[in-house]
Amino acid sequence: MNHRAKDTPITGSDHGTLSSYSNGFLLSIILTLEAYFFVRNDLLQGAQLVYALLTLACVQLFVQMMFFLHIGKGTPGRWKWAAFAMMLVVVFILVVGSLWIMGHLNYHTDMSPSQTDTHIIQDEGFKR
Amino acid sequence: MSQPQTLHQAEDTDKSLLGFWIYLMTDCVLFASLFATFAVLRNNTFGGPGGDELFSLDFALVETLILLTSSFTCGLAMLAVHKKDKSKTMIWLATTFLLGLVFVGMEFSEFRQLAIEGNSWRRSGFLSAFYTLVGTHGLHIITGLIWIAVMLKRVMSSGLSTVNVKRLLLLSMFWHFLDIIWIFIFTIVYLLGAASV
Repeated sequence: MNHRAKDTPITGSDHGTLSSYSNGFLLSIILTLEAYFFVRNDLLQGAQLVYALLTLACVQLFVQMMFFLHIGKGTPGRWKWAAFAMMLVVVFILVVGSLWIMGHLNYHTDMSPSQTDTHIIQDEGFKR
Repeated sequence: MSQPQTLHQAEDTDKSLLGFWIYLMTDCVLFASLFATFAVLRNNTFGGPGGDELFSLDFALVETLILLTSSFTCGLAMLAVHKKDKSKTMIWLATTFLLGLVFVGMEFSEFRQLAIEGNSWRRSGFLSAFYTLVGTHGLHIITGLIWIAVMLKRVMSSGLSTVNVKRLLLLSMFWHFLDIIWIFIFTIVYLLGAASV
């Protein structure tokens, strides 16, 4: 806590400057428009597009965490990173695990989701 | 104000920031479960329309830019807080509030339009997941708007007191966090939906 000079305002250790907010804002706009033009102009297809867009979103996540949220250094900053890392682990297990399991479920019934829909509608008598 | 008390209050603020940060991380897990549900159900349209037919990419882009700008103006409000500039804090907070209100209004009109065309959450698993994910984010934004309104009133009546500054710091974290969640909604729901991959 010694880094806090005696005349600094009582606003915790995390605060930005005008340039950090402006840089974060500009970078976020560029990343958003880049992702938008990827889709608009059909620059990539299929899995490549998915990976490109998710990468752009993750870059923007880190841009905003650094420039807007100022996830910092020092003792509180370290604990913030620790909680963030734990969150990433849980989110990874949750999202990838769900997709993996449900993908296999479709595979083992030998039907795609749309075929499953057709099956339910035509063979089991459910109406739309 | 004596030095030990200042340090004590600063430590207290740091503790609050860390505690609120951990709440935000648990909220990430909530959103992750909704994202996982959406990702699993996004092709289960039950014969109904998919994302490529339903969503306007340009509309979603405008929503994204509005929310991004509101995150920036929220940052400007915090800079004014650090400079102990009460009137600028109020102006930027009010701007953030208005931008957030426009965002919620656009989201509501999109939901309404979809429902009028017969594509409510009852149409398919895909639409149920869509309304739940985007609606939960919208509810968070509405909560944030109420919080901003309360803080505007508090700053107006009691100025930038220590406790108000702490609350404003937590509020700004919440608002930036909601913008980050929206990036992923924009990417996964709208961009990937429009590309129909």
